[in-house]
Parts: sequence; structure tokens; C-alpha cells
Amino acid sequence: MSWRMETACFGEWGHDMPIVSRGFHGRARETRHRLPPGQYETTDFPVLSAGPTPRVNPDEWEFTIRTETGTRHSWNWAEFTALPSQTPTVDLHCVTKWSKFDTEWQGVSLDVLLEDVETSADYALVHSYGDYTTNVPLEDLLDGKAWIAYRYDGEELAPEHGGPARLLVPHLYFWKSAKWVQRIQLLDEDERGFWENIGYHDYGDPWREQRYQGD
Amino acid sequence: MTVTPDFLDGNAAAGDLEALFGTDMTVVSGRCRGCGEQMVLAQTHAYLDGPGMVLRCPGCDRVLLRLVRSPTEMWLDAGGLDYLKIPAPA
Ligand SMILES: [Zn+2]
Repeated sequence: MSWRMETACFGEWGHDMPIVSRGFHGRARETRHRLPPGQYETTDFPVLSAGPTPRVNPDEWEFTIRTETGTRHSWNWAEFTALPSQTPTVDLHCVTKWSKFDTEWQGVSLDVLLEDVETSADYALVHSYGDYTTNVPLEDLLDGKAWIAYRYDGEELAPEHGGPARLLVPHLYFWKSAKWVQRIQLLDEDERGFWENIGYHDYGDPWREQRYQGD
Repeated sequence: MTVTPDFLDGNAAAGDLEALFGTDMTVVSGRCRGCGEQMVLAQTHAYLDGPGMVLRCPGCDRVLLRLVRSPTEMWLDAGGLDYLKIPAPA
């Protein structure tokens, strides 16, 4: 099946308007039926970690995008938080089967961060403070689909939830939304991350239930 | 907001490891490839609430062992360990 649908609702576009991805070739879903296959709704915000929670002081925080040719683009905390931000309201879908609706974030769109980055790369490997990594096709970080988020639910983003800043790429399973994001390496060839290299899916589309390699 | 403790001790991973190896793995010893620390798996730091099991070194926090269960497969990575010394079956 070659259709793909996105029902998360972003920012000022409001809660009732489904966003249809560019790859859409099928019929629309109603937004109120927005639980992907195999998921259940939770109102909690479970904390899932593969390692100790890094406590990164904003004074020492730096975010870097490194291109496939080695060019670096870096922002410190003051520079990063001075960039224009958005306030997306999105649904989260964790591969451990919980989904959480209407989560409210503030962050900088990857479109802004990648605006002056010259690249012909197709892939990104996202690195966190600590040793976590996850791979995402570069096009899934573009066109209003991904942010580096630093506020959640009106508050500073807590370390347990990935603060000072995390990737937010809500149209993919939530393990792709790397907590404690530190840098993004742009790559010509896909390179698997922490969970992808031990059985989890390279892409991770919740609507196609791409949990494991081969799904 | 839910706050969970950072990690459990390696005993919390006993069931999944025993299902795979057929023996009580918590008493099995190993050595961290990163820092050289020797330990039994019960002493490792276990992170179990994520997409898979992660055991980390109590000395240096590096990943020692990861285990992912899909409906049809188990994926094991023990690349953070020099060895695991498992009692031979009787
Ligand atoms: Zn160690």
C-alpha cells in the first residue's frame, strides 16, 4: 500500500484540520479516529530512557548540524532561542504502544535551522548528549514536519523529557524524537541509530505500523 | 508528569535473559569492554521501560548488552562486553 496519512495538527492551523502529507495517495481519515493501528491512548507522559538522564546546562549547550562535506553550523543556547519559534500541537505515538494527543510544544523548525545549510544529503543521523542516536530521512525533517523543541506544555522542557532541547518529529514513532539533542549529521547513505541497529524499523511510520525491521 | 527512577539493578532483567539463555543470567559474570570492570549481571544498571532492554556498566555507564523482542524475533547485542562467563549446562 502506498498511501500515507498524517493527522497531527500543527500550530495555528488548529485542532480540526488534518494535515495531509505530500506522499498522500489515498482517502482521508477523520481526525477523531487518530489512533494508529496497535496503539492505545494515554493521558500520562511516560518517561522512556535507554540510559542515564544527562543534565546539560544551557550555558554549555550547543547544537550543531554537520553536513556530508564536513561543514559545521552551530548555535549556542542564546543564539538558538533567539531564532523564530513555533508552537506546534501534535499527537505522539510511541512504539511501546501508547499515544498521547494534543501535546503542546515550542521549538525551532528544522526548516529554519537548515535554511542556510548547503547539502545534497538524503539522510540524517541525530546524536544526543549521552550515546543515543536515531536515523531519519532528511526530507522528514523538512517542510514543517520537525522541530528542535525546548518548551513543553508551557514550561521549560524537563530533563526527563529531553531538556534542554529535543528533536520533535511527531509523524514518526517517538523514539525518532531524540531527547537531549546535540547534533545532526547529514549523510549520503543511511546509517542506523541506537534502536534501528538492533531490530527497530529504519523509518518508523506509526500509520503503517513500522515497528521492527521488515514491518 | 511521571518521573521514573533512572535505572533498576540487573536483577530486573532476569526473566527476559533467562528466557533467552535458559539459565539464571544474573549470576553470570562479564567484563566491560570500555573500562574493564568485572561484574555479575545483577550489578549492571538496567533500563527496561524503553523499546528494548539496555544493561549498562555500573563503572562507566557504557552499554554492555541490549535485547529487543519483536513478535517473531529476539535481537541481542552484547558488544559492550569482552565476555560473558556462563555456567555450563549440567
Ligand atoms: Zn565500564
